[in-house]
Amino acid sequence: MNNVRQPFYVAIFLLFSVGISLSYYRHSTFDVPWLPGEKQHIWSIEAKIQFDGQNEPVKVSLAVPDTQQSFTKVAEHTASAGYGLSYLEDDAGRRVQWTIRDAQGPQILYYRVDMLVDPDQDQVGTFTLPIKRRVNLGAGPYETSARGLLEQAISRSADPYSLTAELIREFSTQSQSAEFLSQKRPRIEWLVLLLQYANVPARKILGLHLEDGRRRQKLLNYLQVFDGQHYKIFDTETGKQIRPKSFLLWEYNSLPLIDLMGGANTTVNFSMIKQEVPLGESRKTSIERDSSLLNFSIHSLPLEELSLFKGILLIPVGVLVVVFLRIFIGLRTSGTFMPVLIAMSFIQTSLITGVVGFILIVGTGLIIRSYLSKLNLLLVARIAAVIIFVIILIACFSVVAYQMGLSEGLKITFFPMVILSWTIERMSILWEEEGPQEVVVQAGGSLIVALVTYMLLTNDVVRHLTFNFLGLQLVLMAVVLMLGSYTGYRLLEFRRFRPFCKD
Amino acid sequence: MLLKCYRQLAASGVMGMNRRNLSYIGRYNPRSLFPLVDDKLKTKRLAVEHGVTVPTLIGVIEHQHSVRHISKIIDGHRAFCIKPAKGSGGKGILVISKVDDGVFYRTNGQAVCSSEVQRHVSNILAGLFSLGGAPDVAMIEDCIEIESGLATFSHEGVPDIRVIVFHGIPVMAMMRLSCSDSHGKANLHQGAIGVGLCLATGRAVNAVKDDVEILLHPDTGQNLRELALPKWRKLLELACACSDMTGLGYLGVDLVIDKNLGPMLLELNARPGLSIQMANNAGLLPRLRKIESISHPERWGAEQRLEFAQTHFAAIAAA
Repeated sequence: MNNVRQPFYVAIFLLFSVGISLSYYRHSTFDVPWLPGEKQHIWSIEAKIQFDGQNEPVKVSLAVPDTQQSFTKVAEHTASAGYGLSYLEDDAGRRVQWTIRDAQGPQILYYRVDMLVDPDQDQVGTFTLPIKRRVNLGAGPYETSARGLLEQAISRSADPYSLTAELIREFSTQSQSAEFLSQKRPRIEWLVLLLQYANVPARKILGLHLEDGRRRQKLLNYLQVFDGQHYKIFDTETGKQIRPKSFLLWEYNSLPLIDLMGGANTTVNFSMIKQEVPLGESRKTSIERDSSLLNFSIHSLPLEELSLFKGILLIPVGVLVVVFLRIFIGLRTSGTFMPVLIAMSFIQTSLITGVVGFILIVGTGLIIRSYLSKLNLLLVARIAAVIIFVIILIACFSVVAYQMGLSEGLKITFFPMVILSWTIERMSILWEEEGPQEVVVQAGGSLIVALVTYMLLTNDVVRHLTFNFLGLQLVLMAVVLMLGSYTGYRLLEFRRFRPFCKD
Repeated sequence: MLLKCYRQLAASGVMGMNRRNLSYIGRYNPRSLFPLVDDKLKTKRLAVEHGVTVPTLIGVIEHQHSVRHISKIIDGHRAFCIKPAKGSGGKGILVISKVDDGVFYRTNGQAVCSSEVQRHVSNILAGLFSLGGAPDVAMIEDCIEIESGLATFSHEGVPDIRVIVFHGIPVMAMMRLSCSDSHGKANLHQGAIGVGLCLATGRAVNAVKDDVEILLHPDTGQNLRELALPKWRKLLELACACSDMTGLGYLGVDLVIDKNLGPMLLELNARPGLSIQMANNAGLLPRLRKIESISHPERWGAEQRLEFAQTHFAAIAAA
């Protein structure tokens, strides 16, 4: 028997040592710290440009961001097979330009910029004022109406910023005028025009809200208003000022985001991810470091995939928790790895909302299911009915929560519905077969496993380790394999076999 | 404290779930043979082939459209039971003990109308009771009549005898008695009573309910220690024969004694539970290891294996 097992132990040993040494290599060569200590954050933002080539020369130019308030640009990369590349830098702002003689079929270009979060970076020297233009408002009905709004706002304001806020408020409260004006040009253009008319430098910019792991985002229009030395960014719908900490200006020279010659059907999508670098590493080295970091395995993937992997790489940890709790503790759960999925959705929904939502949905689902069981339906149809019902339930909860002003309630949609429906079905059978006690045991078991998993998955150390050290996946694999050959007792078996323990 | 408990369990040779799955089921039960025991219809055909007595099969319903014809199949039978072929843990078994004027009566006297019976069958076909929800077929077989000597030991339902057979040698046995808590089911985790049996004599060793030792049957008041099974030798022979016909190394055999037909095979289980250790107040591991130390037990005849089991695995009074 020992001979049969030997390759197995060798495999485990190999996995362990390869995993550890890969991690160590990454630690020593790339200076990735073992623990998430004091660190700076780098936002990597990737623009993915897609268009269809039409068998003719193509020239694409994309507006790109530069160092600005709160962010310092540390590196930028492009990926574009076969394209000529140049950076254009002039008074009109920075742009990256791709060129090719002949492009056919769908084309994808990537541009990625790494922005270091830098609270010390202020606005000085990071922007150019819009060119002053003498604006002449005409005397048409639109202009008269707009001038009315502006005069109201001017009388109630003291400086450029309060004027902007008041003007946006005018647009929101005087909905009839706003409606009328929007027939001629969008609100943001009116705002720019009126501010310039009032001698306040302002322009339309394109910006991006930064949120870790977001994919397929679009740029949105915002209003940039200057008071001579500084500027502020306004949301033109709410009139609120945008805080610069998690907001990146992408295009701020009143130029189009993308210029494409020789192609059609252009789309630009943005993905972003937050990465950590140790404190004290100077900006220069982090530029060099980053390019070598890019060449390393998974971290060289496009950001869109990378941010997906940030979540996927956590799953093995959750799986390990399930294996541990079932083999060593002996907890019963409904559906082996269902709790991991529930825990993953807790991450999206936040804990309290998640737990309340889970109990609400499963509880209500059980009541409905008990009615369905009286209807004498075939199994597949019954589960389908439960799925549809769960979706209706989620929709209702979302609407009710939204109406009550609980925006948290909307996150309930992150639950995996098909899995929830199966859970409800299984639990209701369990209820009929083994009584409510077993349902409580298994639902409780699932919830405990989900909670433990959730705590681990939201732990900074765990997130840091799984994302930065791919080698640890091999170690996890080795641990799971080892647990798989454990033949000792489970913790709950001590209770089960307690008569044997007495003597 | 935990460590002490761990040592005591190990010393008594109690087998835990992990060891059962890994060292016995995983090692001695090839997965390819599982369908033989997981599908009761296959088990039954196999048993008939090998001359093992089984309850008479009245009919099989395989398709949803034939559910309506159930009344034709059961016409003329006064008592029968409907089972999912791939059910586990006693799930989905409907026992009808009396048919009166188109109304069916369950063993506990509850009346069931014909449409409810049809619904039950269609649930079985849809896989409600099978492992993993796989589509299933419904078997209708003759009801087993309880042996008169055992009637006072059971409340509703027929008691069955579980024998663990390892390499064709019976290792441990218990009788499972249903009671009102278990709703006529004979599975220990559903609240049934387990009575450990001495392999040499077929007499009660110990009795447990919900893993706690008891003396009297909670419904009938019968002293459980007085249980002594008739035709014990025949039962063990049957268990050995079942093990031989499946080829599974570690097998749970469920037997019943019918009033008229004597001992017969009810079903087989490739993943027999661990509660039998509680019922016998003894661990399985010492016995299993004893058999593992024999070289080539498969060359032994049935007689020799029975002899071995009855001499080595008799209940020790002190245990």
